[in-house]
Amino acid sequence: MKSTAQDPAARWLTVRRGQHRRPWEWVAEKLIFCVALSAIIVVLLIFVFVGKESIPIMFGRTTSAAIQDIIRVEDFDTTSPARLRKYLDLSEQQYKDLDREAKLELMSLKAEAGKEAANDKDARVNTVAWRHLLLPYQWSGYDHPEYIWQPISMIHKYNIIPLLIGSLKATLVALLFAVPISLAAAIYVSQLASPRWREWLKPGIELLAGIPSVVLGFFALLVMATLFQNVFGYESRLNAFVAGIALGLAIIPVVFSIAEDALTSVPASYIQGALALGSTRWQAAWKIVLPAAIPGVFAAVVLGFGRGIGETMVVLMASGNASIMSASLFDSTRTITATIAAELAETVFGEHHYQMLFLLGTLLFAVTFVANMIADQVIHRLKKRMEGKA
Amino acid sequence: MNRAALSSQTGCNPFARVHGDATSRIWTGLTLGSTLVILGILALILGNIAWNGLPGLSFRFLISGADKDMFDVEKAGVLPMIVGTAARVILMSLFVIPIGVVTAIYLNEYAKSTSKLTRFIRAAVNNLAGVPSIVFGLFGLGFFIHFAGGSLDLLLNPKNSEPVWGKPGILWASLTLAVMTMPLVIVATEESLKAITPGLRDASLALGATKLETIRKVVLPQALPGILTGGILAVSRASGEVAPILFTGAAYYMAHYPHSLSDQFMDLGYHVFILSTQSPNIDQTRPILYATVLALLLLTFTLNIMAILLRAKIRKGMRAGH
Amino acid sequence: MTSIMSKPPAKNSIVTVGAAGQASAASAEAPEIIRANGVSLYYGQNKALKQISLGIRERLVTAFIGPSGCGKSTFLRCFNRMNDLIDNVRVEGSIEIAGHDIYGPDIDVIELRKRVGMVFQKSNPFPKSIYENIAYGLKLHGTTQRSEVDKVVETSLRGAALWDEVKDRLHASALGLSGGQQQRLCIARAIAIRPEILLMDEPASALDPIATARIEELILELKKEFTIIIVTHNMQQAARISDHTAFFYLGELIEYDQTVKIFTNPGKQQTEDYVTGRFG
Repeated sequence: MKSTAQDPAARWLTVRRGQHRRPWEWVAEKLIFCVALSAIIVVLLIFVFVGKESIPIMFGRTTSAAIQDIIRVEDFDTTSPARLRKYLDLSEQQYKDLDREAKLELMSLKAEAGKEAANDKDARVNTVAWRHLLLPYQWSGYDHPEYIWQPISMIHKYNIIPLLIGSLKATLVALLFAVPISLAAAIYVSQLASPRWREWLKPGIELLAGIPSVVLGFFALLVMATLFQNVFGYESRLNAFVAGIALGLAIIPVVFSIAEDALTSVPASYIQGALALGSTRWQAAWKIVLPAAIPGVFAAVVLGFGRGIGETMVVLMASGNASIMSASLFDSTRTITATIAAELAETVFGEHHYQMLFLLGTLLFAVTFVANMIADQVIHRLKKRMEGKA
Repeated sequence: MNRAALSSQTGCNPFARVHGDATSRIWTGLTLGSTLVILGILALILGNIAWNGLPGLSFRFLISGADKDMFDVEKAGVLPMIVGTAARVILMSLFVIPIGVVTAIYLNEYAKSTSKLTRFIRAAVNNLAGVPSIVFGLFGLGFFIHFAGGSLDLLLNPKNSEPVWGKPGILWASLTLAVMTMPLVIVATEESLKAITPGLRDASLALGATKLETIRKVVLPQALPGILTGGILAVSRASGEVAPILFTGAAYYMAHYPHSLSDQFMDLGYHVFILSTQSPNIDQTRPILYATVLALLLLTFTLNIMAILLRAKIRKGMRAGH
Repeated sequence: MTSIMSKPPAKNSIVTVGAAGQASAASAEAPEIIRANGVSLYYGQNKALKQISLGIRERLVTAFIGPSGCGKSTFLRCFNRMNDLIDNVRVEGSIEIAGHDIYGPDIDVIELRKRVGMVFQKSNPFPKSIYENIAYGLKLHGTTQRSEVDKVVETSLRGAALWDEVKDRLHASALGLSGGQQQRLCIARAIAIRPEILLMDEPASALDPIATARIEELILELKKEFTIIIVTHNMQQAARISDHTAFFYLGELIEYDQTVKIFTNPGKQQTEDYVTGRFG
């Protein structure tokens, strides 16, 4: 300790170095902060880039009507090239490559097609208008107004109601199957099982989450569909019921985990209080723990719903994929997710079918976003309350 | 109240089981039943796949490439799909693990738990976890392929009209999956950061270490198992996902292995989908279908069980630490 | 060290103002190294420390006593600004170490913590080897030469009276040591980087009586080189090892004086009630 001889004030002078003596530290901290913002940025980007494609439809700026005003072949020289190019549906490169003769040829073909289509009143309908997306319409050849999703046909029909119903049907079946069984299991595992069993049961059930949905879909398609048809004897092998049960298998681990977490977060003092009054474990679980954790159970169901409505592969493989409007669970059905998965590959970038599928995606995102927000809030409040009382 | 009165009143052991207990027992049985039903279904699925898949899962099957006719039971193999799936998840880990870990570090070490921004980030992470996988697929197509890839093409070779980056490829598929699995890594890392023995950070800071030094030298080494768990969970989840890669990179058939980040790839999960829905004769191709499913399950399950074991170990450590 | 004892009295006259003014001749000889002026600390809206002023003398042991929740630990953590790490903490007033206001705008907190070491209530060795525990701080501050590190590890362990017990297993995990040994390792770790002031937050509260006695012996030994401030629950301990004692109650400094005086002839009724065990 040679320095003791000095004046203490001088010895301690080193503590006065200012706060910004470590620029790297500062840079690293800012970097960490920026990376942490990525989660928010990604959510925004999803919103923007999935939503963006569907904006033209949302604001009625896309038209699907097959009929356009016909530009007569004689007017070729008086029409601006830009308008002509758009009329003939050509890219700039293509337009440049074609000679005058070919363009005139195209124009006359177009005019002819237009005249023919004019006989069909449906060809004048803009099927991507909101009215046609949501309300039934009496197409020529049908004897009453109907909801029809039929994007690949002469007249592209984009009514989304059958898909919505399809998604809801499958999800409803899934929830009806998964919620009671997962809740019961959550109660058993968190409240009634002995700690030693608990340690095995919980990860065991959560293993179900490790099965990829394409494998669940495969299993539903190959095994469950045949089995159920033999048991229940219905007509169409793939339907909302089979898809729903398979979907339920995907939902079970979600509902179970969250409900189990919520039930476990109830302070042990509640349970001890009930047990001390002479109630059985079941009575304590049912009358004390479950009511205390009910917001968590609600959140579990909401998240299960979000998972169900957003699941793709299971329903794509097991639902039959026919967009039929039907109340029966045993009819083949087509969900929103399966529609996107099955049809996107066939669409042209920027065309109305493409935009339509992105609109479905936006709808899906919005629904799950709201479900997540609700569940997030509920769980947050529940946790706060439990910690406050613990 | 005297003792004689008490005993004469009941006339028997006052601690004997009460009759009302029966409903309790029935309900307990029902909940136990539900638990067993779930486990039973799980066992049924796994058993069915193992039983039917094992005979087809030969060494030849695992190491041979896909024949032009991928439904040929004698010649079909899954090596290109295993390679493709492995490549895309490895690429994904390179993106998701650093970003996820750093985000978790921010949330747990730097952020004020009460601040609005922290709440916002957490809400975004939770939200991301609930976004349907098909929406990630749309996002990958709209953002990565058309926006990022399109811009890249314009920048690199504006004259070439044939897109190089502006089309589905393994890089875009991996990035899409990285976005999807980010919450898994964040949550697992945060959990392990929370489990670190309290006091270690203080000890380091009181020795005059800066926050960053403390994180690098004390916190991260301790959190390593948790980070590993998160990474494995992400890989396990991503390796079975099909919906996000449908439009961002998976190929129905490719004659060669991907050799550039912009190449497409064949994928195990997507192959299961193809075999089960496009087969000309499902009964004949059943053996290769089951064998492919088994290969996929072995991959995701091994990873999953590893993650579960690691996590259980961490949780035990946490309980001991407090 | 003797040089300090023979400092001119002019220096002393500056330091004898304030709460510690009544200090007797023996301890008045030591100059004041820390001075707190009207320190108040808020957790959000709650005022946890109320206008505390006192001076700490160099190379003496100062004990902070008081019932739990009285703010003694919080006050201790002001001296190396560990309270900065908690959200929503605000400090008013000033703390000067050797004349430098450590809450001033140009203070490097990292450097401050290097100079003001701390030992915590619960021993918190890093889950590394004994050797690495001590080398950790050295490496942070730039000592990387192997022979130099070896030397400091040995002197620090000797300084913490742990050398003989662990010299054969320096590279074994620190978590294998007993509670008392772990705490002494933490002390060795703290003194390895040569701080001048050592803050001890109930260092023996989790230990058995034998281990406690060893820590107390050690403190008396360390006093020759370090200025020690110790927070303790145990009044006998404060009486045995400290030169000055400060009694805190509900965030206020009730009395601060020589230990002998606090325990034999306290100036305030509350102090007397506490040290005689009538409350707390």
